[in-house]
Amino acid sequence: MSIRIDQALCAGCGKCVEVCPGNLIKQGKDKRAVILQERDCWGCTSCLKECSRGAIALYLGADLGGHGETLHIKKQREHFIWEVHFPAGEVKTIKVNPKEANQY
Amino acid sequence: MKELQTKKYDTDVLIIGGGTAGCYAAYVLGKKSDLHILIAEKANIRRSGCLAAGVNAVNAYITKGKRPEDYVEYAMKDADGIASRSLLLTMSQRLNEVTAELERLGLVILKDADGNYAARGDRNIKINGENIKPILAAAASGQERVSVLNHVNITDYLVENGHVKGAVGFDVDRQIFYEIHAKAVLIATGGAAGLYRPNNPGFSRHKMWYPPFNTGAGYAMGILAGAEMTTFEMRFIALRCKDTIAPVGTIAQGVGARQVNRDGEVYETAYGLTTSQRLYGTVEENRAGRGPCYLKTEGISETQETELYKAYLNMAPSQTLKWLAEGRGPSQKNVEIEGTEPYIVGGHAASGYWIDSSRRTTLKGLYAAGDVAGGCPQKYVTGALAEGEIAAESIMEELRDTDREAYGADKAFLRQKNTFIDSKKKEYERYLSNPHGVLNTEQVEEAMQKIMDQYAGGIRTDYRYQEASLREADERIAGLQESLPYLYADTMDDLLRIYEVRERLIVCRTVIAHLRARKETRWHGFAEYTDYPQKSSEYEKFVNSRYKDSTVQIVYRDMDGEVIS
Repeated sequence: MSIRIDQALCAGCGKCVEVCPGNLIKQGKDKRAVILQERDCWGCTSCLKECSRGAIALYLGADLGGHGETLHIKKQREHFIWEVHFPAGEVKTIKVNPKEANQY
Repeated sequence: MKELQTKKYDTDVLIIGGGTAGCYAAYVLGKKSDLHILIAEKANIRRSGCLAAGVNAVNAYITKGKRPEDYVEYAMKDADGIASRSLLLTMSQRLNEVTAELERLGLVILKDADGNYAARGDRNIKINGENIKPILAAAASGQERVSVLNHVNITDYLVENGHVKGAVGFDVDRQIFYEIHAKAVLIATGGAAGLYRPNNPGFSRHKMWYPPFNTGAGYAMGILAGAEMTTFEMRFIALRCKDTIAPVGTIAQGVGARQVNRDGEVYETAYGLTTSQRLYGTVEENRAGRGPCYLKTEGISETQETELYKAYLNMAPSQTLKWLAEGRGPSQKNVEIEGTEPYIVGGHAASGYWIDSSRRTTLKGLYAAGDVAGGCPQKYVTGALAEGEIAAESIMEELRDTDREAYGADKAFLRQKNTFIDSKKKEYERYLSNPHGVLNTEQVEEAMQKIMDQYAGGIRTDYRYQEASLREADERIAGLQESLPYLYADTMDDLLRIYEVRERLIVCRTVIAHLRARKETRWHGFAEYTDYPQKSSEYEKFVNSRYKDSTVQIVYRDMDGEVIS
């Protein structure tokens, strides 16, 4: 369980550094964000939600049954669009309205 | 020698930990008093603590037709009698009002056709809790007299004759030492994770139930300062979805899934339905060779499955990712469940500071709320808010009656305090200057988790332990404490990790002492003391402790809180 920060997309704004509840993300010399130790991540997705560029993705380690899939989040007006990217290129999306309560 | 720059603060109320309870207490104090409040938070209050990923439901609520007294009875039964009725009642009486306040602050709560909150079970209501922490953080920091020090790690109280008058700590990024003086201190740092070897000890070692960043700092500070602690032997072990350690209640209550063994037999009814019994059944089925165990979800509808995907995205996104990654959702495959490693957490079990109904600890000037506060289990999010509010009101009352200027005027204390402050600053600087020895912080943490797992009732022994194994655990943990002064920190982040493991080791020793002192097995599943496998009426009492003369000294109290021996 950890996150991957896409260095090409990162704008170096530092928002993820600010909010990580474990103080795990720092800015490198070029201001771009890096996670100090991938295996220290709790998987809370706070950084994914703060990033306005969609540069951060969550993934499951092989020890949790992951095969390289990544979870991304995009905001579309008031909705959260969650995307699962599969290693072969397929993408599945789930739209969540934060104004709607969970049914369960 | 690396030197730290000193920053001094003087405030009315210092709140250590800006999580659920801390933010709400700051909000209440900011709104209802003219006191100046300073929150010191290790990360950033926007997403720190238990609510970082969100929460799926409000689990402590007095639903229609129920009374606060019913909630007290439920919690007392779940704890098999070891909890404080007065703490539970004072909390329960406020659950609905703090929930209404959360809604006013912006939390989305599902309503039925009549405009009442939609219930999920007897004590729960349905919400969208993805943004619950940003809502609380904004409520706190939006108050005029509330200031926040983000990324500041507090390690010790400033204490004079049992009176807490502030705290010291350091910046987790910059080379800054903090010295904070306050007229009252609220400790709200949460519970302790990472004491025991976790379910996923390798790459995903932090994929655990409780935040791995809640390291028991508040417990450790209280123990070192001589505060009385209660019920550390009531560890909390969560029953969770295998691998992702995601909640099971949403599936169990949401789609009515039962616990079944490998043969498809429903086993939950054979063991009972309290929190610990649900876990106990799962452990026992596995021990009897009838595992793995599952929640029976096969056959749920496509709509139900989609709703589960969304619900988990709002609180535990890795579970939805896992379902999609496997290509088979819960409608096609039962969800495997397992018990986690033990945690010390006063919001679920009853372990924490010994407090009175005003949320005062045994140290003057120090209040406790949320997971760090003991005696009041099953408080969950709304109970933590209720405790934050009670503590805030007590502090307002206390400071109203006190000549505020009189604090800190004691000259003898000032001298003693300055010596202590200097020694703490030097201690931090020493770690930053130590040569690189062969042991590093991570090794000490792993060793601690291994010891607790093997000798103090971790996953490896199905939560079982004996007097002899506890003795071994204590000796070995004490041995690890001796290696602490030789650890080294190249950065402030390294320094943070050293203090986190220091805190955990202190908490471990208190846990071990408490486990040894309750010579019975009361909460099957949470703990199996194999030398004393039965429940004993002799132990219908609190096991409390104080740290004195470098040892954990046990004090027993009856259910009314009076000292027995």
